[in-house]
Amino acid sequence: MNETAIKPRIEKVPLREQVLQKLPVLLVPILALLGLAAIGNPASWLTLTVAGLAMGMMIFIMASGLTVVFGLMDVINFGHGAFVTVGAFVGFTVLAWLAGWTASPSVMLNLAAVLIAILAAMGVTGLLGYAFERVIVMPVYGEHLKQILVTMGGLIVAQQMIHVVWGPDELHISRPEAFQGSVVFGEAAIEKYRLVAVAIGLALFLAMRHVLKNTKVGLLVRAGVENGEMVEALGYRIRRLFLIVFMTGSALAGLGGVMWGLYQETITAHMGSEIMVLVFIVVIIGGLGSVEGCFIGALLVGLLANYTAFLAPKVALISTIALMVVILMWRPQGLYPVVKAK
Amino acid sequence: MSDILLSLAGVHTLIGPYHILQGVDLVVPEGGVTVLLGRNGAGKTTTLRTIMGLWSASQGEIRFDDHLITTLDTPDISRRGIAYVPEDMGIFTDLTVAENMALAASSGPIDGKRLSWIKELFPPIGTFWEASAGTLSGGQKQMLSVARAIIEPRRLILIDEPTKGLAPAIINAMTEALRELKQTDTTILLVEQNFAMASAIGDTVAVMDDGRIIHSAPMSELVEDEGLQERLMGLSLEAHQ
Repeated sequence: MNETAIKPRIEKVPLREQVLQKLPVLLVPILALLGLAAIGNPASWLTLTVAGLAMGMMIFIMASGLTVVFGLMDVINFGHGAFVTVGAFVGFTVLAWLAGWTASPSVMLNLAAVLIAILAAMGVTGLLGYAFERVIVMPVYGEHLKQILVTMGGLIVAQQMIHVVWGPDELHISRPEAFQGSVVFGEAAIEKYRLVAVAIGLALFLAMRHVLKNTKVGLLVRAGVENGEMVEALGYRIRRLFLIVFMTGSALAGLGGVMWGLYQETITAHMGSEIMVLVFIVVIIGGLGSVEGCFIGALLVGLLANYTAFLAPKVALISTIALMVVILMWRPQGLYPVVKAK
Repeated sequence: MSDILLSLAGVHTLIGPYHILQGVDLVVPEGGVTVLLGRNGAGKTTTLRTIMGLWSASQGEIRFDDHLITTLDTPDISRRGIAYVPEDMGIFTDLTVAENMALAASSGPIDGKRLSWIKELFPPIGTFWEASAGTLSGGQKQMLSVARAIIEPRRLILIDEPTKGLAPAIINAMTEALRELKQTDTTILLVEQNFAMASAIGDTVAVMDDGRIIHSAPMSELVEDEGLQERLMGLSLEAHQ
């Protein structure tokens, strides 16, 4: 083909469009600054901001798998909360077995106990995800109503199984010694555990971004979210990819369950279904299928929930729903709409 | 060019309540270009999608290289050496040109020599290698779509209306590229409504109407016989207009 015959030309995205595309990234600092203006006291603001970021990171960990599962296979999994709950119970059980380590003043023993609890929770919820996908989700691909019904059924079965294995009562556990107490910055006291949650959430987000942008599996996931049929036509088994993503998402929900449990220091069989309201709000705000949107949505929800709880506790009850309404009025497909092949 | 690479025998395809393919009998000889002509809704795209396993045949047999592929999954069909360029091009717009090409090289890293040849064939692929595929123009996307299909040697390429909606200069360039591709022993099954392009590169032709093949012969026969052209193409075009 003669290059002179056709001048290569690229369609430039207008500047306004480029700014609008990047705007969601600015929402988090804008909300933080608005929070500072409304709260007034920098120490209280810092404490609330770190609390909000920690909450947001934990919600992101739980929601990231759900949003990719939806984007990749158009599957609405209302049973995702089951993995959060099971992860929390498995993690707490392991921490109870390792009570000697968690009560020890040794930071290394504390970290080792939490790490083992997290790995156990992720292992069990990953395997549970495998069974869930094969038994519950696979027969209802492409049928949204059936997906909603059977995955909710799966959630109820999981909750009842927790009652059978761990009993109907809530469980309490103290955080390991190293994660108790606060760090003082000037006049602000910041709980150590919240800083840990922020660090883990941030590391996970960066790792997910790296995998999605720089590995072949990540490329396949991004391509599959846009046009799964074409990925199959190129010779890849998207069902197998989906199973891997589903198991990973389930394991991440299990990790989120352990972290949320340690945050609350109390867990119940219903914690998963309760937190799922926030998880779904975050997934919708971010744009169904978008990991970056999910991350920003989770931070916005976390910050807003903490600021409003401090400023106007009654408003806090509806603040996240109001945030979702406002964002959907601005961007009906969410902050980062995922392009789907028709 | 006498060996049969692909054959469809009595293939029926149902999409929901619609009976689209109603007994397609088609033979694609190895080497060269077989063109599938026909009006809109005749079943050309459905034929390609059924061959790829994207829609399953309810009856009939599809054989590729003398192996039955009717019930195989799409990835297995692809791995046997069949590439597909869909009508909507199937470009991953969220990925760069390089990433689109990397995914298409499903059996390993991209062969540098082959990539250079493709960049010569389609210069915009090299020019916009790192650009997001979503920012390419329609013609460039079509080039990327064909380039992706040939990034690895394939035995058969199914191409669905590669000139649809393109400017004449791009159509000429695409015709040249397909003509060059013909020289590489790759067999092409081309769905096309542009008879000028089809007759320029086609070796054999099959005309479809109402979910069946109504004519199948060497392209030269159709090009030389204006009466036949009028009867077949008139039938197709009148129904379309």
